Amino acid sequence: MEYDVVIGLETHAELDTDTKLFCGCSTAFGSEPNTQTCPVCLALPGVLPVINRKAFEHTVKTALALNCEINNFVNFDRKNYYYPDLPKNYQISQNYFNLGNDGFIELNVKGKKNRIGIHNVHLEEDAGKLVHPEASDASYSLIDFNRAGVPLVEIVTKPDMRCIDEVEVFMHTLRNILLYIGVSDCKMQEGSLRFEASISLCRKGAQVFGNRVEIKNLNSMKAVLKVLAYEISRQRELLERGEQIVMETRLWDEISAVSRRMRLKEESHDYRYFPEPDLVPILVDKKNIESIRMTIPELPTKRHQRFVSEYLISEYDAGILTESKSLSDYFEECVKLTSNSPKELTNWIINDVLRVLNEKKKEIQDFNISPKMLVELIEMKSEIGGAIAKEVFSEMSNTGKDAPTVVREKNLKPLSNTAELSSLVSEIIGANPKAVEDYGNGKESALSFLVGQSMKVTKGKANPKTLLEIFKEKLANSP
Amino acid sequence: MLLHQLTAKQIQDNIVKRKISCKEVIEDLFNRINEKDSLIKAYISLDEESALERAREIDGKLSNGEDLGVLAGIPIAIKDNICTKNMKTTCASKILENFIPPYDAFVVNNLRKEDAIIIGKTNLDEFAMGSTTENSAFQITRNPWNTEYIPGGSSGGSAAAVSTDIAFMALGSDTGGSVRQPASLCGNVGLKPTYGRVSRYGLIAFASSMDQIGSFTKDVCDAALLLRVISGYDCLDSTCSTLEVEDYVSHINGKFDGLRIGVPKEFFGEGIDREVRNALMNALEIYKKNGAKLIDLSLPHCEYAIATYCIIATAEASSNLARYDGVRYGMRNQLSDDSIMEMYCRTRAEGFGDEVKRRILLGNYVLSAGYYEAYYLKASKVRNLLKSDFDEAFKKVDCIISPTSPTVASKIGEKMTDPLEMYLSDVYTNIANLVGIPGISLPCGFTNSGLPIGMQILGRHFEETQILKVAKLFEMETGFHLKKPELD
Repeated sequence: MEYDVVIGLETHAELDTDTKLFCGCSTAFGSEPNTQTCPVCLALPGVLPVINRKAFEHTVKTALALNCEINNFVNFDRKNYYYPDLPKNYQISQNYFNLGNDGFIELNVKGKKNRIGIHNVHLEEDAGKLVHPEASDASYSLIDFNRAGVPLVEIVTKPDMRCIDEVEVFMHTLRNILLYIGVSDCKMQEGSLRFEASISLCRKGAQVFGNRVEIKNLNSMKAVLKVLAYEISRQRELLERGEQIVMETRLWDEISAVSRRMRLKEESHDYRYFPEPDLVPILVDKKNIESIRMTIPELPTKRHQRFVSEYLISEYDAGILTESKSLSDYFEECVKLTSNSPKELTNWIINDVLRVLNEKKKEIQDFNISPKMLVELIEMKSEIGGAIAKEVFSEMSNTGKDAPTVVREKNLKPLSNTAELSSLVSEIIGANPKAVEDYGNGKESALSFLVGQSMKVTKGKANPKTLLEIFKEKLANSP
Repeated sequence: MLLHQLTAKQIQDNIVKRKISCKEVIEDLFNRINEKDSLIKAYISLDEESALERAREIDGKLSNGEDLGVLAGIPIAIKDNICTKNMKTTCASKILENFIPPYDAFVVNNLRKEDAIIIGKTNLDEFAMGSTTENSAFQITRNPWNTEYIPGGSSGGSAAAVSTDIAFMALGSDTGGSVRQPASLCGNVGLKPTYGRVSRYGLIAFASSMDQIGSFTKDVCDAALLLRVISGYDCLDSTCSTLEVEDYVSHINGKFDGLRIGVPKEFFGEGIDREVRNALMNALEIYKKNGAKLIDLSLPHCEYAIATYCIIATAEASSNLARYDGVRYGMRNQLSDDSIMEMYCRTRAEGFGDEVKRRILLGNYVLSAGYYEAYYLKASKVRNLLKSDFDEAFKKVDCIISPTSPTVASKIGEKMTDPLEMYLSDVYTNIANLVGIPGISLPCGFTNSGLPIGMQILGRHFEETQILKVAKLFEMETGFHLKKPELD
């Protein structure tokens, strides 16, 4: 039987703020456990939360970038549940009045445009982290509260995705948008970006969706894709056997590559949401929204399309260039500085710049070669030749020196003085009588050999075209 | 007159004029505490050493001619649910029996800045839940007018301390009447400011949307003096007002021109003690004689106030008290092979008393899926109706007068058997918390058996000056506040 797959995602992204959501503690990653804590984020008796303005603005920005309606009355709610990494035993989140509702993301899945609905965007606090001792018989666990209270934006999609490819493109597109608008560093390895998926199968074309399974503990995009593939086949098998899908929450076990039941729907928490009385509702005024809207840059999908139509580069290349905002900014700055074709710039950036960045594990922001320097080098190419240009590029990327400096210091300037080249040609002719004879006998390849010999002597600095002409002229005139 | 019988203002005048040293005041006070507190049991903990050290510092400042804070040298007691740095703050609960806060509450910090001297922490119903101070995990505080009787609650320790003259002033907290009611039952002045007037930072939360720190003093002038110090904007409390603090003391004296006093019929109906009613009627007569107009009022949604209060207070409490789980601080009760869930259960079962458990259960129930709309959401709507009742009323009147409590103090043990009756005794006070308005209770008479009767004056939001002034007028006309219990 054929089935339709229905997938929705919940994404948590840590917001890029200096301090936590409700106190002044640092959000820096990787410090000694429990060094970034205070009475507020440890939930000592008598403390109160105070909202971080930056986190709020970042959430508004995210909601706007995802085409959401912004609620003009925003409130926080307490989500009550007991877990040792949650100091208050409730999480301050949003339930009744989310900050953003009803948006969408445009996807480009293998050339096909598609819209995924965003159910809501809201702001909440992160929990701490349980550290389990390595010995399996240890009778305790430790808690690191450095992360407790770090601001998170939660983005909840509608159940709009129908295949794994869509999910993959969705995750990349969303991550890219968050990076473009600068609200999160989206470092998956540091847990800045985390996903939860829900998936159901139903008979192809059915109007009613099947029973939904939620999967938690997905710490990489790869894990999301793997667990979804696993779940599709697990659920399909069950359905084929005529069994029911149980509504439940499952955990992904990365090591055994299986999902396991965490709890049944009936066992799920009753979070007893109610409005957080320690914070006052925020009335968001239109002016503020507009001023935040102004700070949203051109988003990746739009920039991708524009690159293709404005610079006449391929979809594929435009995709690579717009993968990060800073790389696409770099490209555009180069374009502005030169009359050389964007296609050539694209080749340099994709083949050379990205290769070096990869090797050096660097970001474009920290790259030695500025757009101006790269353009200068490319413009010198016709003069110094491609091979030397690559050599100069490599030196520039190591030293940060500009192209003219490298050429001068390494004495890479091409030999263009005809008198000098002429005497060189005479020398080579004198030293290679065999080749000269072959050429006289009509063997054209002998000429290439002679030119090659000259290049060797000059270490590639001579212009091969000019050399060829001088050889032809000399050999034609020779007796 | 004996030293400990002076008001805070009087004792301070003596200190500033150097008729007496701070050290002498503290020594005299601790002598009296040692003598009387074993009868009353107002204090959970005392810190004589720090108090003496602080007194010596202030005496030093005085002799050096340095500037002094406005509460310089005044010994003050703090309810034990308000955090004091390096000083145990227990909430009268086993679960926080050994908890020492690493920080001062906003109000405590302000007291220290103004050179007040903190002498100790007073008893309360566990986590401020109760109206008798019998729900303390440690001791039962006695009413100084008759030690067989309750002092009221939940701030019973602070109320009893001030009336016993073993504190010149005290701080309490008022979520449903926990300052005004014990002030009424102990015969002193209890002030609950407007919600948002005094920062809650450092007040251990019971019901966040209604908790407010208030004061116990020997007269209205002291209440004005203390209010000025504890009020004001605090960036650590998002619900705190930025409105400027007034100089209350200099505005409380004087006559009124055409003061309009609202007398809501709902506050003089069924359940009110005859003697309480008579005392109130006499009090209203006194205002009338002084040119006030008495205006009959109706607050139609009052009958729902207690139900509304019970739902909102317990809902918030159930969540506020979730943090006492044995994980990070406070008591932990754990057997070696307990799971985390067993540890939670054991700790909370051991650590909390019956009344606290009752309210946590009720709160969890009203917030549960399927019940939220019927209870919490409905209660929030009724709360808004109550607010509009008062908005309407305050268009016609300048303040509202009622009994603080329908009855005077009851015997110890009498109300413990029936929690519902205890909840009902807060009928006149908890409306002010639902609506957020300020209220003051002051003595307006005594029963034949010699127990104090309290009168409550409610005012508009942030009009503390007005109710203090109305209270002051009564105090000057009557002098009930000068009567002292016979403990000696």
